[in-house]
Amino acid sequence: MHPVRKQRLILVLLLVTLSSAAIALITYALRQNIDFFYPPSKFAAEEVPHNVRVRAGGCVVPGSVFRSEESLAVRFSITDGVAQVPVKYTGILPDLFAEGEAAVVTGKLQSSGVFEAEQVLAKHDETYTPPEVQEAMVGDHTATCQGAGKAMASDY
Amino acid sequence: MNWQWFHRLGSPRWFYQKTQAWLPWLAIASVVLLVTGAIWGLGFAPQDAKQGNSYRIIFIHVPAAVLALVGYYVMAISGAIGLIWRMKLPFVVMRAAAPIGAALTFVALFTGAVWGKPTWGTYWVWDARITSMLLLLLLYIGVIALGQAFLQERTADKACAILALVGTVNIPIIYKSVDWWNSLHQPATIKLTESSSIHPSMFYPLLVMVVGFYCFYAWSLILHTRQQILVRERKTRWVQQMVASGSTRLVEEGGKA
Repeated sequence: MHPVRKQRLILVLLLVTLSSAAIALITYALRQNIDFFYPPSKFAAEEVPHNVRVRAGGCVVPGSVFRSEESLAVRFSITDGVAQVPVKYTGILPDLFAEGEAAVVTGKLQSSGVFEAEQVLAKHDETYTPPEVQEAMVGDHTATCQGAGKAMASDY
Repeated sequence: MNWQWFHRLGSPRWFYQKTQAWLPWLAIASVVLLVTGAIWGLGFAPQDAKQGNSYRIIFIHVPAAVLALVGYYVMAISGAIGLIWRMKLPFVVMRAAAPIGAALTFVALFTGAVWGKPTWGTYWVWDARITSMLLLLLLYIGVIALGQAFLQERTADKACAILALVGTVNIPIIYKSVDWWNSLHQPATIKLTESSSIHPSMFYPLLVMVVGFYCFYAWSLILHTRQQILVRERKTRWVQQMVASGSTRLVEEGGKA
């Protein structure tokens, strides 16, 4: 290779390496701000401020969903396999919201420790299966969410 | 090492002549694959157990997103080759790849928003995957805009190549964003190292769509590059002769291509 071209190749590689390093340092410094939500274990560790708008995400604990009979109010708990956060919400839940599925809630953590949500989003997993195959795997339904919960918890 | 073959790749005329035979095949392959994949995916693949029919948008969303990322590397690597070897053709390819990549990124973002509403419950959130994908769209638009900001084509080419190379940092970030941070977007379904978490009856039509998008990408990139070559080389003898003959096909003259 011609020495001038070799020099330009080194310059190009240097450009890519240095800009990558710069962005890597920035994203590393901002890593908690880039997270879309706090996992419940962060709530348990008292790392989440009270009465400030934040997001919490985790698996909806099976059997924890209670709907009011005269309004749209609903109570449920979310977990990441380490801790649980009780959530209160009034409104229409997304179609994919279900026990054993992941959800992300936006709202404020009350002093009582209850998370008062103003928005509930369903976080679906990355598996796609036909209904017949899904029915054949009885009991496997919540396993995907447990996996997601573990993956969330392993970051901390 | 003999670099002669490599330098021949840099000739716009050589590229123009070589590729005219490929175009009809690429066009046929993309139409056949995209029509087959779309009918298979939208009409015959089973419903998803949880999402019902709304998951079918995956057959557009995933191929568009894959090609938006691959297309960025095509653009940046062409730019690097152009910078290092000062060849004309790689710069033309780089400039031609930018609008195609921008369109694919827009399709991925738009189909993602349409898919997000029935599944997540929102069109848009500022999570790591979606925000970094928006950044990709802005990078593509930046390369297009920067290319038009200079009067001199050579200066524009160099500036675009440097912007494209710096922007490559974003590609692994987009790809790994769902693993590195808590995001609303789910992790990757098709994995390189382990088995994919999608049923084969849904995976095969998706694979056909991805291959179809690759063919369509190659076809539109070559078509756009050829058009750009004619604009840039409009003062050369071979272009003027070809245009004067009323054709866009370049006929070989006595073996000296």
